[in-house]
Amino acid sequence: MNWIPRFFRRAKLYDDLSEEIRLHIEERAEQLMGEGLSPAEAQQQARRAFGNRTLLEERSREVWQWPTVESIWADVRFALRQLRKSPGFTIAAVLTLALAIGANAVVFSVMNAFVLRPLNVPEPQSLYALQHGGEVDGTESYPDYRDLRDRNRSFESLVAYTVAQAGLDAGTDPTSVWAEEASGNYFDALGLQPYLGRMFHATDEHGPDSAPYIVLTYAYWHTHFQDDRGVVGRVVRLNKHPFTILGVAPQDFHGTLLFFNPDLFIPMESPLVAASDLTARGNHWVFETMGHLRPGVTPAQAVADLNSIGTQLERAYPKDESKMTFALVRPNLYGDFLGRPVKAFMAGLMLLAGLILLAACANLGSLFAARAADRSREVALRLALGSTRTRILRGLLTEAVLISLVGGAVGLTGSVVLLRALSAWQPFPRWPIHIGVNPDATVYGMALVLALISGILFGAVPVRQVLRTNAYEVVKAGSGGKAGRRIGLRDVLLVVQIAICAVLVTSSMVAVRGLARSLHANFGFDVQNVMLAETDLGMAGYSADRVPAMQKRMIDALKALPGVESVGLADGVPMGGGAGNSMVFTDTTSDLRPSNAVTAAPIFNISPEYFRAAGTALLSGRIFTWQDDKDAPRVAVVNREFARKLFGSEMGALGRYYKMWDGTRIQVVGIAEDGKYGSLTEDPQPAMFLPILQSPSNSTQLVVRSSRDPQMLGAAMRNALRQLDAGLPVLIETRDKPMAVLMFGPRMATVSLGVLGVMGALLSITGIFGMAAYSVSKRLKELGIRIALGAQRREVLQAALGRPLKLLALGSAAGLLLGVLASRVLAFIVYQATPRDPVVLGGVVVAMLLLGLIATWIPAQRAISVDPLILLRED
Amino acid sequence: MTETTSRDLFPGALEMMILESLRRQPAHGYALVQHIQQRSNNLLQVEEGSLYPALQRLLKAKLVKAEWGVSSTNRRVRTYQITASGLGHLEQQISSFERMFEGITLVLSPGESPAS
Repeated sequence: MNWIPRFFRRAKLYDDLSEEIRLHIEERAEQLMGEGLSPAEAQQQARRAFGNRTLLEERSREVWQWPTVESIWADVRFALRQLRKSPGFTIAAVLTLALAIGANAVVFSVMNAFVLRPLNVPEPQSLYALQHGGEVDGTESYPDYRDLRDRNRSFESLVAYTVAQAGLDAGTDPTSVWAEEASGNYFDALGLQPYLGRMFHATDEHGPDSAPYIVLTYAYWHTHFQDDRGVVGRVVRLNKHPFTILGVAPQDFHGTLLFFNPDLFIPMESPLVAASDLTARGNHWVFETMGHLRPGVTPAQAVADLNSIGTQLERAYPKDESKMTFALVRPNLYGDFLGRPVKAFMAGLMLLAGLILLAACANLGSLFAARAADRSREVALRLALGSTRTRILRGLLTEAVLISLVGGAVGLTGSVVLLRALSAWQPFPRWPIHIGVNPDATVYGMALVLALISGILFGAVPVRQVLRTNAYEVVKAGSGGKAGRRIGLRDVLLVVQIAICAVLVTSSMVAVRGLARSLHANFGFDVQNVMLAETDLGMAGYSADRVPAMQKRMIDALKALPGVESVGLADGVPMGGGAGNSMVFTDTTSDLRPSNAVTAAPIFNISPEYFRAAGTALLSGRIFTWQDDKDAPRVAVVNREFARKLFGSEMGALGRYYKMWDGTRIQVVGIAEDGKYGSLTEDPQPAMFLPILQSPSNSTQLVVRSSRDPQMLGAAMRNALRQLDAGLPVLIETRDKPMAVLMFGPRMATVSLGVLGVMGALLSITGIFGMAAYSVSKRLKELGIRIALGAQRREVLQAALGRPLKLLALGSAAGLLLGVLASRVLAFIVYQATPRDPVVLGGVVVAMLLLGLIATWIPAQRAISVDPLILLRED
Repeated sequence: MTETTSRDLFPGALEMMILESLRRQPAHGYALVQHIQQRSNNLLQVEEGSLYPALQRLLKAKLVKAEWGVSSTNRRVRTYQITASGLGHLEQQISSFERMFEGITLVLSPGESPAS
């Protein structure tokens, strides 16, 4: 329908109507005058007879309107006018809502990405990963994987994969890449088609070394091969073995590990995986196994099927197999491996975000209530003039919806900016970790719904007030006739809101303080002035017998650099991840069953100079020499905790023997200080240091102590190592870098709690500000009189702000108490989090006081600067 | 407070009376009010203004048409006139109203109930 001419015709219709009504009243008045009334009386009576002209005219116009849309548009315009008239209220309400919606959108997106969103493969609903029953571990040996894959009747197919680092030489600079080593059926079973070239298939694998093929991820192809389509068929070298590039994986497929984006895929039966790894049943190196359930098979049936295979395997290979029971989990977060802590953390975060929303709603509620009280006179006047209550409520509702939409939009925009940054962020240069948390439709929908619900729910706070308004009383008495002294809804809302905010502030302070403290704990090694150089001689094709000599040459080369004090070598460093572990038995134990072990301890295989380079103190005994090699008796330096656990005392341990998992007897020749090995929260752990020549390793860290600038030293180190072997990929980083991985969780937790704390603080500012500003404006006249009668500034302030400040104190106290209780929960996520810390308690009190000061500053200024003359003249 | 007097009538009653008045002769709003009140012997106290929403509804449904003109008393007036479809509508309304009225009368009359 053509609505433009209709629109103009309608304007004419309305004009006609008004004119007609005017003439009607005129005619009536004339007639009444003819009956002898005075013109004024006639006019008045004519109007009375006609009824409510505005209302009737409006109703007549409504006949022509496209009823809903047009009246809503009218409401919206009216609401916008109203909101523009009170910018303070509008800004406070929009900001409050924006904060809450923004916080919730961010937290929800992160949860959406971490927990809710399935893997990016076709039909993710039927995809399950295997996990050993009752454990958070899903690793298998390759023979076990093959038996599970071939004997089960529940899965369409089972795929297996693990990740490994490899040196890729594509003709130029050799680089270290992350490879997903996958079973041959990987792409077919997941239903993935190549972007370019072809994928590898199960038919490509014919036993060890048979499939030297590479499928590149799109991202790696894009960044390292510049989208070169001619890459298919090219031969490159991985750890010096020739591999053929078959194709490129789809653009949006980043492997089956969430957050962990590998660079390329290679088959498991490729030269990179040792033949012995493919046949050793006791070697559980396959990281995860998963597959699509066949149609009609339930997870429970599949578990029963797998368990029966597990029983067969246990019976057939009693030496290697144990605990072959299974559970099915979603593969997203590596089963429950990361799933459990992440889910717990997300639940905590959602709870806090929910609190933010609750605080914001309380804030909105009190804002709307205050506004309604301010407008009670206007409402009464409109009622008296014949407006209906529905009409007024509709107006209020429109305002609430408008504020919800604007607040929601602002909050969402902010969160999108934040999430984009988070998605682009790569927390550890060493690991291909990406946190893809870009918001999707679910997030937008959720934010909109939350905004509308909170806006409308709390915009409805004044409904009761409007419904109860007695127009005549209010108009007669004027506004503010009875200043409510009793505890009102607004007061309760404000106290609740401040309490919630104080909880948030307390928790964030506890978290920040905990992190600061754990950073200053004694690690048992130096973090300052130490650099690490990680190499894997296997990547450069060194055979086992050439490894120790090359490692010695590397040590010497780095030692010759100016400024370097000492250089150590270790196959793993404490807090660096990836250290081996062994059961430890007393020397007299002959049955080496796990249940007979005294303890388990991480093993660090080190060079003689390691302790000096790392800054770990030797308490007694001796350190190793290069003579502690394969031909010498096996020796160890253990830490105090190890000595205490195994031999009862530190002193008694020197010279004594203990046994490893394989029965090797080892003599303790030295005692080192305790330290942190796996995480910052751990209790003192036993640990042992063994001579690296007695158990050589390809993959090592060079520990370099120097007082030189890390940037320059790093370049010099790289140069020195390249001169030794240009084909060896090296990763050089400062000592704290690998620790960052272990610190990531607590650090993220602290950052999120910190942000939520700041939001809580901002919310309490808007809340207190709203209340104080309202209280001052409501009592402006009274304050003016007080000042006119000679009240001092202090008294004026007390009168104006006493109540908001009292509520602030009450809310803060309640919040602090709750926060201290809640911090017990926090202690699970954040290291060293204890609420019984005077700094935290004092900090919260000071923070809330400061917030109160900031929030009441402007209203206080206004109260003091009241000019009684101007005020008294009004009204 | 009642909102309009037309609430006291059943829905459509005012429209029906307007159409009936206009069937006799075209008139402007003021005259219509006068006419309805006189014809009902002032039994129906129609609030004058309530006529206008009803007139707009009829206009929109094209049951009447309006034209600006000058009245016999030399006033500028907007005169309403019933249309052909207005006439048809009126017939239909009246007959259905009569049936309803008959029904109501039967129920209210103190005679024999038909069920016995």
